[in-house]
Amino acid sequence: MRFGVVVFPGSNCDADVYHAIRDVMGEPVDYVWHKDTAADGYDCLVLPGGFSYGDYLRTGAIARFSPIMAAVAEHAAAGKPLIGICNGFQMLLEMGLLPGAMLRNDSLQFRCHFQHLRVENAGTMFTGRFAPGEVISVPIAHGEGNYYCDGATLAELAAHGQIVFRYCDADGNVTPDANPNGSLANIAGIVNRAGNVLGLMPHPERCADPLLGGAERADGARLFASLIDSWERGMAGGR
Amino acid sequence: MFRTEIKVMLKAGVLDPQGVAVQGSLLTLGYGNVGAVRVGKLIQLELDAPDQAGAERQVDEMCRRLLANPVIESYTFTVTAADGSCTAARASAADGAPAVRPEVEG
Repeated sequence: MRFGVVVFPGSNCDADVYHAIRDVMGEPVDYVWHKDTAADGYDCLVLPGGFSYGDYLRTGAIARFSPIMAAVAEHAAAGKPLIGICNGFQMLLEMGLLPGAMLRNDSLQFRCHFQHLRVENAGTMFTGRFAPGEVISVPIAHGEGNYYCDGATLAELAAHGQIVFRYCDADGNVTPDANPNGSLANIAGIVNRAGNVLGLMPHPERCADPLLGGAERADGARLFASLIDSWERGMAGGR
Repeated sequence: MFRTEIKVMLKAGVLDPQGVAVQGSLLTLGYGNVGAVRVGKLIQLELDAPDQAGAERQVDEMCRRLLANPVIESYTFTVTAADGSCTAARASAADGAPAVRPEVEG
């Protein structure tokens, strides 16, 4: 399964994603430059974390109009997997590929730590290797991850199983205390209605390599492995 | 030539963590009479346009496409002819309008 990692000025997790895909998952991966206008031949595109364009104006707002983004939107429209991680999630919201917007963390703090997540939908092409309701641990690192949308949108997300991950405590309780940024309904990650576009604030690429924190903290690798499973079964665009 | 000032604020009802923090700080300083605080952005830009109406139309489009995020923000702007001959003010749709982002354009 061939991956493309889009690199923007200010991206700083592109190399981590590249490493996770190539060295941990053993799949082919290329960097895709933000000034390119084509992203053909990739089975999955990843918009990595970082601070594209210095987070000027709003997070992801400038990156959204990069030359590559028309090709990214076409990729998504064709039903192929597209993952936005952290700043990449913010871009997907700005692009309108996912509903909602990000606000400053309610604590005003930049939160950087391992975070428990509850897998709310294990039936997506990204989550097949997780059990429904399973509690996993994935690092977060952001100052603007406070997900917001209006009530009607939230109801739509819930009704169609689009809420994939929620912030929770170690026992899987989704509580205000377990919410690191004030996100509506403790939302950590969502998919689009079609299910092929995933945006999440936590960083799966940072807990994919067992060398970094031990095998029990390789929950990020399971996300990528789930996607590769789906692709091999023809569920994510297919061979 | 026209001069434009665009004010972008979080919509009413959307939590403004910065505003809450500034309010807390002002209260700490002893300004016990301070109520709600909201923090926004002011953008100034110069624009070459054939006429006032064209300038306003273009600024409104810029606001919708880039300068404000209609999901969480509202905007108002003024457009003033460089010679000061004409000024107009406009605002975005009222809060609660459908929050739809335009598609990416190539």
